[in-house]
Amino acid sequence: MSAGSNPLAILFFFVFIALTLVVTYWAARRTKTTVHFYAAGHGVTGFQNGLALAGDYMSAASFLGIAGLVALNGFDGLIYSTGWLVGWPIILFLIAEPLRNLGKYTFSDVVAYRLQQKPVRIAAAIGTMAVVLTYLIAQMVGAGTLIKLLFSLNYTLAVVIVGIVMMIYVLFGGMLATTWVQIIKACLLLGGAVVLAFLVLAQFGFNPMNLFAKAAELNGNKVLEPGNNVVTGAWDAVSLGLALMFGTAGLPHILMRFYTVPDAKQARISVVWATIWIGGFYLITFILGFGAMVLVGMKQISSVGAGGNMAAPLLANAVGGSAFFGFICAVAFATILAVVAGLTLSGAAALSHDIWVSVVKGGHAPEHEQLRVARIAAVILGICAILLGIIFQGQNIAYMVGLTFSIAASANFPALVMAIFWRRFTTWGAVTAIILGTVSTLVLLYCGPTIQVDILKHSLAEVSKEWWYFPLKNPCLITMTLSFLSGIVVSLLKPEPAAEAGFAEVERRAILGAIPDLGAPAGKPAPAE
Amino acid sequence: MRTADPIHAIAARRWAIALTLSALMLVIYLGFILLVAFDKPFLAILLMRGLSLGILLGALTIVSCWVLAIIYVLWANRGYDEAVARAVADATAVSRKKS
Repeated sequence: MSAGSNPLAILFFFVFIALTLVVTYWAARRTKTTVHFYAAGHGVTGFQNGLALAGDYMSAASFLGIAGLVALNGFDGLIYSTGWLVGWPIILFLIAEPLRNLGKYTFSDVVAYRLQQKPVRIAAAIGTMAVVLTYLIAQMVGAGTLIKLLFSLNYTLAVVIVGIVMMIYVLFGGMLATTWVQIIKACLLLGGAVVLAFLVLAQFGFNPMNLFAKAAELNGNKVLEPGNNVVTGAWDAVSLGLALMFGTAGLPHILMRFYTVPDAKQARISVVWATIWIGGFYLITFILGFGAMVLVGMKQISSVGAGGNMAAPLLANAVGGSAFFGFICAVAFATILAVVAGLTLSGAAALSHDIWVSVVKGGHAPEHEQLRVARIAAVILGICAILLGIIFQGQNIAYMVGLTFSIAASANFPALVMAIFWRRFTTWGAVTAIILGTVSTLVLLYCGPTIQVDILKHSLAEVSKEWWYFPLKNPCLITMTLSFLSGIVVSLLKPEPAAEAGFAEVERRAILGAIPDLGAPAGKPAPAE
Repeated sequence: MRTADPIHAIAARRWAIALTLSALMLVIYLGFILLVAFDKPFLAILLMRGLSLGILLGALTIVSCWVLAIIYVLWANRGYDEAVARAVADATAVSRKKS
């Protein structure tokens, strides 16, 4: 099944591209300064940002991936549906408001607020780039594979198209264009999913129980029960759960979105909306997954594309015909485009705002230079994304998403939490927490079954005898603990009186935000307006 | 700083509710994941035709995210935002006087 011969799919796709390019043109005329480029001029409302957050977060992995996982495994796929949502209330309670009040453009602003700028900025940029690059690889490879399947397009060409269109959004339209691309995509995705679920439920008397019962009748009750298909061991389930929950609160492209709203209250409102949209979407994936299992059938789903990624589009074809199939294919493409645009923008912010301005230029660079560097960084990242997509072609990228969340939870999240909450947190504590979290995640993942058995095809019996073998598929349980502990130990071993003295200001500003006229002490980032 | 005391009180109130709700979220989700990990037969119990306890609890985990988020917003609307606005006004007045 392919949309290559489906002119409607191609039409929908071009309509989406045309619409988003018009938005980009409109946004480009308003993007004259860094505050527009990075933060859409702080002019986005809480409701709009809630939709944009949902757009940034609901990647192809969650739309096509979860629907496929549920369609092929039943209940086990739902571990992802719930895990990917529970991070949002944590962001709401602990992160969103202090982040908005303390920072300007990136989450490093918050970590570095009362610490020594250079070492912390470099470490935070490494944490950011590790997350951005692994997530970009996952998205680009996913994009190439999907577009090949959906539109019968050459893989390399598909990756290049995604890379170039995404670069146009970011380069010219900055955060304003990226935000509206996310909003459009979120509406299309939510709308498409609702219609699809409606068409499925219409065949089951609008009662999901009838659908689940039919699935159990066809495939046995095991599809309604936890199995061993998605998560193998008990501790693996716990470790994956932690990575999904706390990883969300360490994703730089998500954290960056909180600067697009005018104040902390709007930041709060935007997380609540995001939680509502994303939660609703994941509830719908229950219906879509089981719907595909019953109406398309496991055999046909797994015969087209690995991992069941085609479950949702095939379901659209089964219940809505070829026009709806084309629409859902175009939505999937839009989804990938929007997510890579958000990732690229946050990577560009880390390279220009954190590294160029704060480290190389010691915090002082003229506005036009900052903007130019940010755009150069966006182009470099866009080219990197295209190259990485081509290099990693044909690789199993499912583990990349897990890796991304694991790094985010083990590197960025601990440093951010300690910087906001802990008086005695120090510069070197922050650096250690971020670097050790990133490195230990990469090392333990390499020494674990995901790389050794799934990718390198070593036999499990053999590698598990090696002294370095690490038994968990997802190392987050260990690496996140390690990151927190190392940050605490290093901070306690070598106290930093200046950082401790600065905590009063952090506490105050986390609640009140920047007070006009009060300004920020010399050497600190200028307060956000 | 003269304004430090009311801000500490506001901060303490906010962290109390924020940490309570975070702990609740953690308990709910880890409870669900620990059941998935260590007690599969329990989640396999069929409550009715087509509905296992696992699916129900999974859906309820999602709903609990909504409920906790909405509790927090209702709490913030009842006094917290006003208290912050007052503190901001005070601090702004103080800093104006200084300059």
